[in-house]
Amino acid sequence: MKFLPTSDGERREMLAAIGARSIDDLFASVPAEVRRDPDLPPPMSEIEIRRFIGGLAKKNVNARDTAFFLGAGVYHHYVSAIADQMLYRAEWLTAYTPYQPEISQGTLQSIFEFQTHVCLLTGLEVANASLYEGASALVEALLMAERLSRGRTKAVLSAAIHPEYRETARTYFSNLGLELVEVPLGADGTTDARALAAAVDEKTFAVAVQSPNFYGVVEDWAAGSAAAKAKGALSVAVIAEAASLALLKPPGEGGADIACGEAQALGVPMHNGGPLLGFLSCRSEHQRQIPGRLVGETRDAEGRRAFCLTLSTREQHIRREKATSNICTNQGLMALASNIHMSLLGKEGLREVARQCHAKAEYLKGEIAKLRGYRLPYAGPTFNEFLVEAPEDAVGLLARLATRGILGGVPLSRFDPSDRRRFLVAVTEMNERVEMDRLVAALAGRDA
Amino acid sequence: MSVEVETPAAVARDPKRPDPRPLPLVFERSGEGKVGYSLPPLDVPDAIAIPEALRRAEIAGETQISEVDVARHFTRLSQRNFSIDQGLYPLGSCTMKHNPRTNEEMARLPGFAAAHPLAPEALSQGTLELAWLLERALSELTGLPRVTLQPSAGAQGELAGILLVRKALEKTGRPRKTVLIPDSAHGTNPASAHFAGYTVKELKSNPRGTIDLDVLEKAMTDDVAALMLTVPNTLGIFEDKILDIARIVHAKGGYLYCDGANFNAFVGVAKPGLMGIDVMHMNLHKTFSTPHGGGGPGSGPVAVTHSLVPYLPRPTVERRADGTFFLDYDRPESIGRLRTFLGNYGMFVRALSYIAAYGNRIGEVARGAVLNANYIRAGLSGVYHLKYDGPSMHEVVFSDKKQSELGVSNVDIAKRLMDYGFHPPTMSFPLIVHGALMIEPTETEGKPVLDAFIRAMKDIARECEESPDLVRGAPHTTPVKRVDEVGAARNLVLRWRP
Repeated sequence: MKFLPTSDGERREMLAAIGARSIDDLFASVPAEVRRDPDLPPPMSEIEIRRFIGGLAKKNVNARDTAFFLGAGVYHHYVSAIADQMLYRAEWLTAYTPYQPEISQGTLQSIFEFQTHVCLLTGLEVANASLYEGASALVEALLMAERLSRGRTKAVLSAAIHPEYRETARTYFSNLGLELVEVPLGADGTTDARALAAAVDEKTFAVAVQSPNFYGVVEDWAAGSAAAKAKGALSVAVIAEAASLALLKPPGEGGADIACGEAQALGVPMHNGGPLLGFLSCRSEHQRQIPGRLVGETRDAEGRRAFCLTLSTREQHIRREKATSNICTNQGLMALASNIHMSLLGKEGLREVARQCHAKAEYLKGEIAKLRGYRLPYAGPTFNEFLVEAPEDAVGLLARLATRGILGGVPLSRFDPSDRRRFLVAVTEMNERVEMDRLVAALAGRDA
Repeated sequence: MSVEVETPAAVARDPKRPDPRPLPLVFERSGEGKVGYSLPPLDVPDAIAIPEALRRAEIAGETQISEVDVARHFTRLSQRNFSIDQGLYPLGSCTMKHNPRTNEEMARLPGFAAAHPLAPEALSQGTLELAWLLERALSELTGLPRVTLQPSAGAQGELAGILLVRKALEKTGRPRKTVLIPDSAHGTNPASAHFAGYTVKELKSNPRGTIDLDVLEKAMTDDVAALMLTVPNTLGIFEDKILDIARIVHAKGGYLYCDGANFNAFVGVAKPGLMGIDVMHMNLHKTFSTPHGGGGPGSGPVAVTHSLVPYLPRPTVERRADGTFFLDYDRPESIGRLRTFLGNYGMFVRALSYIAAYGNRIGEVARGAVLNANYIRAGLSGVYHLKYDGPSMHEVVFSDKKQSELGVSNVDIAKRLMDYGFHPPTMSFPLIVHGALMIEPTETEGKPVLDAFIRAMKDIARECEESPDLVRGAPHTTPVKRVDEVGAARNLVLRWRP
C-alpha cells in the first residue's frame, strides 16, 4: 500500500526486535469476540478514486456554472488563487496546533495577524484564533457572557438571528438551566426595539442581535446595546455575512461587548456548508473569559519577537470540567485562508467588494420590486441580501428557475414549512448584471 | 526591533540555523498606495442605500500590499513551521499521519467546494450521496447502525454523544446526574460532559493503567448516565476487560461512550459495536487522514447504537426507495443541531477518498500503527521510564522520571528533539503520568525513520547525563529560541496596533 512505507522484510526485523512472532500477537489484548474484518470494497487506485469521487461531484450543480443567488449564511465571494494555492503548502496543511512555538512560528504569526484583522473589522480590542463556524460562535459568545454575569440565567435573542444559529443555541442551552427568549421583528424587518427593551431584565446576561439580520436587513447595533446596558447585560453582535463589516458600522462602535459569527465570506469557499470560519472578538476587559485558542506576542530567550498560544489555563486540558469551553481545535487552515484574503484586499479592497455587493443588490432589488406580483416585505435598508415574496409557492418557482441554470434564492420554507412564498436573494461581486437581468426575466415568466 | 523585510544576499549566520530575524507582520509590510486585488468595473449604478449613521469610516490600520509581497510573506512564514511532510510528528493522541494529496484535489472539485448547502435537493444528489456513503463506511467500521457527520470536531462530537445519551434517558423520565470519566482521559471529556449538564466523577485507574472493575462496579450507580472511555486509553493500552465494563455499565441502565480519538489503533481490526459501545465519536482528522491544517478544521462524526438513533442531530441524510437522497429534517425527537448545515463537508470528501484507497484492507492502518509504536517502545525501554507497562497499541507513554533526577524535564527533552529534526511527543496529558512523553508514530512512518528517532531519543538521554545544559538550553537550531510563554500570559499582547 502506497501510504505504508514498511516493507515485509523490515516488518520481520521489527517484530524480531519487539520479540513478537506476528503483528496479531500485538493485538492480544483485544478480545477475539470483538475482532472482525470490515465488509468494504477492495482498495482503489488513485485513478479509480478520481472516477468515483469525481463522478459524485458531477452530480451537483455548482456556483461556477450557474447564475447564483444563494446565501442565508454561506456566500459566493471571490477568493484569489493565491489564497488556496498557499493552503497546499505542506508546512501549513500538515502541521498541527502550534503547541511547540519554536517550530510553529508560521502558524502562530498568521493567527496573530488573523486576530488583528478581526479586531480591525469588528472595532473591538481582542479576537480569538477562530471558532468552528457562526452558530457555535454565537453559543460560545453567549456562554462567555453568562460566565461574566456571575449568576444571571437568561439570554435575549432577536428572532432575526439565523434560524440554525438559534437552533444550535437551544441545543447547547437545553441542559444548562439557562433560558433563551426570542424577540420578534417589527414591520420594517428590524428587531422590534421596544419589545427588545421589554424582554431584558435583571436576570438577563446577554442581548444578541444579528446585522445584516437573517432577512438581510441592517440593524442598528445601538438598539441592542442600549437594551443590554439598561439592565447590566452584555451586548452580543452577530454577523453572518462578514463582507458587510467593511461598509457597515462595526459592532464595537455600536456599543457591542462581544462580536461573533461567520467569516466564511472573507476568503473561504462555500464548501457545501463546511469548513466555514467562526470568529469571536470582545472588549479587552473581558479577554480572560474568551473561549478557544489565543495567540499572544512574546519574546524568545534571545529577546526576539515571537508568538505562542496563551491563556491556556482557561482551556480544557488544564481546567477540565471547569474550562471556559470544551472546544479544542480552531479552524486553523481557514483562518489562514482568511488572513491571506483580507491582507490582499486590505483597506481599499474590502471596502470595494462590500460596495459592489451592495450596489448590485440594490440594482436587483429595484428591478424585482418593479415586477407584478412580487413584493419586498421589509423596507429596512439591506446590504447584499434581501427578502422577496413571490406570487406563488417559492420552492416550485425556484425549481423552475434552476432548470434554466439560475439558482435564484433560498426559500424560507426550508426553515419554516409554513413560510411558503418568501425567499432570500443574495448578491455578491461575482454576479454580473446580465445574470441579474436573467433572474428578473425568469421571475417575471419571460424567457431569458 | 530589526525585522526581516528582504533577505540580503549574504547574512552572516550559522548555516545550520534558519535566519533568526523575526518576520514583519503583514501589517508592517503595508504601504500607502499598494494594491493586492483586482475587481471588474461596477456594471450597475453606484448606489449606497444605507443611512450614514449605520455605516463606517475606512478600516483604519488595514493593509495595503501587493500580491507579490503577500506571496513572499506567507511562503516565508510557512518555512517557520514544522510539518508531517518534513518528518516524524509523533504527537500522542493526535495521529499525525501522511495526508494524501489526491484527497485535497477531490475536496476542491467545484461540485463540492463551490456547492451551496441550501441548493435544491435535485441538484445536490452527489453531495448527499457522498455523505450517505461515508456514513455507511463509518457504520461498517464501527459496527454501529447510524452515524451523524455534523459535529465540527472531536470535542463537539463528545458533546453530541452525551446529549444523545441525555435525551434517551430523559425519555425514561430521568436524565441522571453523573458521567464517569477515568483519570487518564483527555481534558475535553470532562469539559464536554459538563456542557451537557452532567457532574463529572473521576474513576481512578488500576496500577496497570486500565479500568478497575471493582472501582467501576462501585461507582456505577443508577444515577450514572454514562461512562466515557477512551479506547485504547491515553496510555495506549486496550481495555482488555471491555466486555465486562460494558456489562457493568449496561446492568445499571447506563450508556458506554467511546472517545474514538484513538480509533487508529484498531480501525478495520475490531468493531466498537461488538464491544458493547453505544456511542462513539471519531476524528476524521486523525484516523481518516484529513489534514490537521495547523489546528483545524477537524470533523467529529458520532456513531450510535439503535436506541439512540431517534435523537440524532437534524438533518440526517436518507435514501429513498428510488435511490435518490434527501435531508430529513422531520425528526421530532432530535437533540437539535450542533452547528449550521451538514458539518465540515470538505472533510467528508477527503475521508471517503481515504477509506476508498484502503477499502477492505484498512486494518493494515491499525496493524502498521501498532507495530510502529511497539517498535519504538522496544527501542527505548530501559532508556526512558515506562510507568504503565501494559501492552501498547498505537502509542506508548514514557516519562522523564530518570532524566528529571538529573534536572532535565520532559519539556527540555521535547525541545532538544527539535534539534534532531523531529516534532516532540505530547506532554500535557495523561495527567496520571508525571512528565509524560506520549509517542504516537502512526503507520505512515517507515523503519529508517523510527530508527533515527530511537537513536535521537537515546542520544538525548545520554546528553541528559553528560551535558544537561545542552538539553535544558534547547532548541538550538530553530527559527526562534525557547519562547517565553509565561511572559506572554502575564503581559497580554493579542494583536498588532496601528
